[in-house]
Amino acid sequence: MLLSLAIWVPILAGLLTLAAGGNESDQRNAPAVRLIALLGSIAGFLVTIPLYTGFNLLNPGMQFVEQHAWIPQFNVFYTLGVDGISMLFILLNSFITILVVIAGWRVIQQRVAQYLGAFLIMSGLLNGVFSALDGLLFYVFFEATLIPMFIIIGVWGGANRVYAAFKFFLYTLFGSLLMLIALLYLYNKSGGSFAIRDWWKLPLPLDAQLWLFFGFLFAFAVKVPMWPVHTWLPDAHVEAPTGGSVVLAAILLKLGAYGFIRFTLPILPDASRELAWLMITLSLIAVVYIGLVALVQTDMKKLIAYSSISHMGFVTLGFFIFNAYGIEGALVQMISHGFVSAALFLCVGVMYERMHSRNIADYGGVVNSMPKFAALMMLFAMANCGLPATSGFVGEFMVIMGAMKANFWLAFAAASTLVFGAAYTLWMYKRVIFGAPANDQVAALADLNAREFLVLGTLAIAVLWMGVYPLPFTEVMHASVNDLLRHLALPKY
Amino acid sequence: MMLDFIVVLPELVLLFGACALMLVDLYVKSEQRRVSLAMAQAVLLLAAVATLLVLLGSGGELIYAFGKLYVADVMAHLLKLSAYAAVSMVLVYSRQYLIDRDLMTGEFLTLLLFALLGMMVMMSANSFLTVYLGLELLSLCLYAMVALNRDSATATEAAMKYFVLGALASGMLLYGMSMLYGATGSLNINEVAKQVAILSKDSTQHAFLIFGLVFVVCGIAFKLGLAPFHMWIPDVYQGAPTAVTLLIGTAPKLAAFAMAMRLLVNGLLDLAHDWQQMLAILAVLSMAIGNITAIAQSNLKRMLAYSTIAHMGFMLLGLLSGVVGGNWRNAPDAYGAAMFYTIVYVLMSLGSFGVLLFLSHKGFECEKLEDLKGLNRRNPWYAFIVLLLMFSLAGVPPTVGFYAKLAVLSAVVNAGMLWLAVVAVLLSLIGAYYYLRIVKLMYFDEPSDATPLAERPRAVRLLLSANGLALLVLGILPQPLMAICVFAIHKL
Repeated sequence: MLLSLAIWVPILAGLLTLAAGGNESDQRNAPAVRLIALLGSIAGFLVTIPLYTGFNLLNPGMQFVEQHAWIPQFNVFYTLGVDGISMLFILLNSFITILVVIAGWRVIQQRVAQYLGAFLIMSGLLNGVFSALDGLLFYVFFEATLIPMFIIIGVWGGANRVYAAFKFFLYTLFGSLLMLIALLYLYNKSGGSFAIRDWWKLPLPLDAQLWLFFGFLFAFAVKVPMWPVHTWLPDAHVEAPTGGSVVLAAILLKLGAYGFIRFTLPILPDASRELAWLMITLSLIAVVYIGLVALVQTDMKKLIAYSSISHMGFVTLGFFIFNAYGIEGALVQMISHGFVSAALFLCVGVMYERMHSRNIADYGGVVNSMPKFAALMMLFAMANCGLPATSGFVGEFMVIMGAMKANFWLAFAAASTLVFGAAYTLWMYKRVIFGAPANDQVAALADLNAREFLVLGTLAIAVLWMGVYPLPFTEVMHASVNDLLRHLALPKY
Repeated sequence: MMLDFIVVLPELVLLFGACALMLVDLYVKSEQRRVSLAMAQAVLLLAAVATLLVLLGSGGELIYAFGKLYVADVMAHLLKLSAYAAVSMVLVYSRQYLIDRDLMTGEFLTLLLFALLGMMVMMSANSFLTVYLGLELLSLCLYAMVALNRDSATATEAAMKYFVLGALASGMLLYGMSMLYGATGSLNINEVAKQVAILSKDSTQHAFLIFGLVFVVCGIAFKLGLAPFHMWIPDVYQGAPTAVTLLIGTAPKLAAFAMAMRLLVNGLLDLAHDWQQMLAILAVLSMAIGNITAIAQSNLKRMLAYSTIAHMGFMLLGLLSGVVGGNWRNAPDAYGAAMFYTIVYVLMSLGSFGVLLFLSHKGFECEKLEDLKGLNRRNPWYAFIVLLLMFSLAGVPPTVGFYAKLAVLSAVVNAGMLWLAVVAVLLSLIGAYYYLRIVKLMYFDEPSDATPLAERPRAVRLLLSANGLALLVLGILPQPLMAICVFAIHKL
């Protein structure tokens, strides 16, 4: 019941928001619409809290399971459940949704109801992706998220928004359609079952596993995104409105990584081991090469977008070194990246709202006029480089430890991200924040208002808390991750 | 004999209704045309009641009539009910459009009902002769309806093209049927099936049967509008008045599907290995040509025409994956999937042409892509309905278009033809582009004509909303319709 609430409360709130907007040629309804959306998103977060408080740390399997027949013709069930791997993402998603609603409070003046409604509906759909235990249900939620995101980028995005929206949609649709074939193949081979947990037990010959691996790889690699199918991400990020970038970076990117750990690893363990070299290579290219690409960006949003790709490379690296440090580190990294990238995009949003520019060259000396902002952004920039005592450190450190167990040179290459990450993040920070005010506009900037301070402050607490005391985040994962590793060790054919 | 007339009650109702309408309309002045319109709707309702009575009376079992010329089974009933619904929706959608253009005449209504009668005969045909009779009745009515606006040069041209190519296709179908008749000595589909089972074991006879089969498949492909027999579709869709396009693009697809089922599945199942290969070629060509060419269209009606071609190609995937190596285990699911696809497609097609009629008004034809620009600004609710239609056509969940594609793809994968599934999926990715473009025009672009939408009759507004939302509701709860389709195939 809890999981259904987590999915349907935001969706209903979204529909209510849309209804309250009415015909939006006039803006009279806008304040009411904002209030409904805020209450809806808070309600959506509150219903997910019992998932954490009521979570049984010792149970490695699925909890809060609910199951109803949905399409008996295809043996499809409405099955929901979470384990230690997926539970935190539902909380993260519901939490970020509140921030997105608040962040769009004043910036979005056009078609407010559609904007907020789209985010709330998407939040519900994303919770659906993280809790679906039926292959088809998963696919339906996975695909349905494309529709609101397409609209969000296309309607409220920047100058090149149409191109970015199409690129986003077609790229991801391409991947997911191949995954659909893989799902249908598994359905056929398992004797007509879409239950993901049945598929985990399904014996599959190695060659079939390899084909399926590539079927899933396209879908998930595009979403992560992994090098070389990452090119849609910078475009989408740059053109999306701030809220869109936040959701994209904090949650949507996690779908791909989540897919790897929910489908690829447990269903195709042999193929995963067989092709681990490929995944590790692609991940390292993302970490190192994309890190270098980030260094030369002149657009702040683009820089953070590339930094996201580089950080997600860490996640896929952690998954495919097959030890507990790697996988847990990757999961922690996913959560941490959710906070940090969201915060950085919000920071850029704060500046963009005032200056209408994302160009690093247009800034300089922001600290003189916006000291509070500069301090908070400093924290997020440090977290992005993986400074100890911030959330960024925990995940990266664990993955590097895991890599060290597997192979020294692997760990060496991965650790280079600490250098590149520091280089591009701090260099950007220096050019934007420090120095003398670059121009009159910068000198006249107003510091954070209460609303912005609330949003960034909350994220700052989350980042520090996770960096100083990560146990509440990691302890829920242990049982499920160990179970997954035991499962991975057994050959399936 | 008496029983025979009870079984064909729906057809009789429609026949007498259409004749009565023709007579009554003579005494109706043009400003009172709504009397005729109401009468047409009443005839459709009566026919639906008659069909339900026959269905309940038969208890879902199959009944033959008139010396097995005619068959009444669940598939026929279901398709007929869908066709009544489709034609009834056509009447509601097109009323204002026809009135604005002085085309709301008794001829339109009468031809419409006779075309429906032709479709019904096709759906219940159990003999080559009956199939052909129904097909010609349908086609002749449609040719005349395309040319309804006789002052329009494009419409006349479209009607001529349709007629010439249609006659050619009918000729091919008839030729194929005559070959099969020559080989099997019967026109009755059951009898043909029995003979084919015996004859197909002999290689000379088999070759002869294949010769006939090729022509039959060509005829079917023409009626479904499959590449390379698709040339008429874009011209006719574009040239005909939109109200007539709405009709051509919807209910006749159900009849063409029934014809394919009757001829290929009921009659020539033992040649499945041969016709499945032909259908595979037609399917891939249609999906490729339909989806790729649609991208280049700037005319909405033409774009939707190419989209029809692609969709019918996709539907064929269900028809061609029923029999694997002589094993019929998958057949009900596969044919049921194809039927589900056809019905869902008709629903989507009704909505998308319905929108064009909805946005047209006196002196303005909504048929260019630009005409949809900024619809979200002008009216967010109808923009949302079109959004649902487009995502459903593209096959994106949670709309029902996704389940239609899923059911068909699942049949293809079960038949072991993974390569075909991959090709289909890649081609529908290309297709997604032009549906997305419509969404882009509505949501991302500023309107070129910022006037709010003109007031439309309440019936049309409600119907269009219901049509769009049905795609979402069926998408969330696809089970009932899917189960009915598979049940109908089981009872074949």
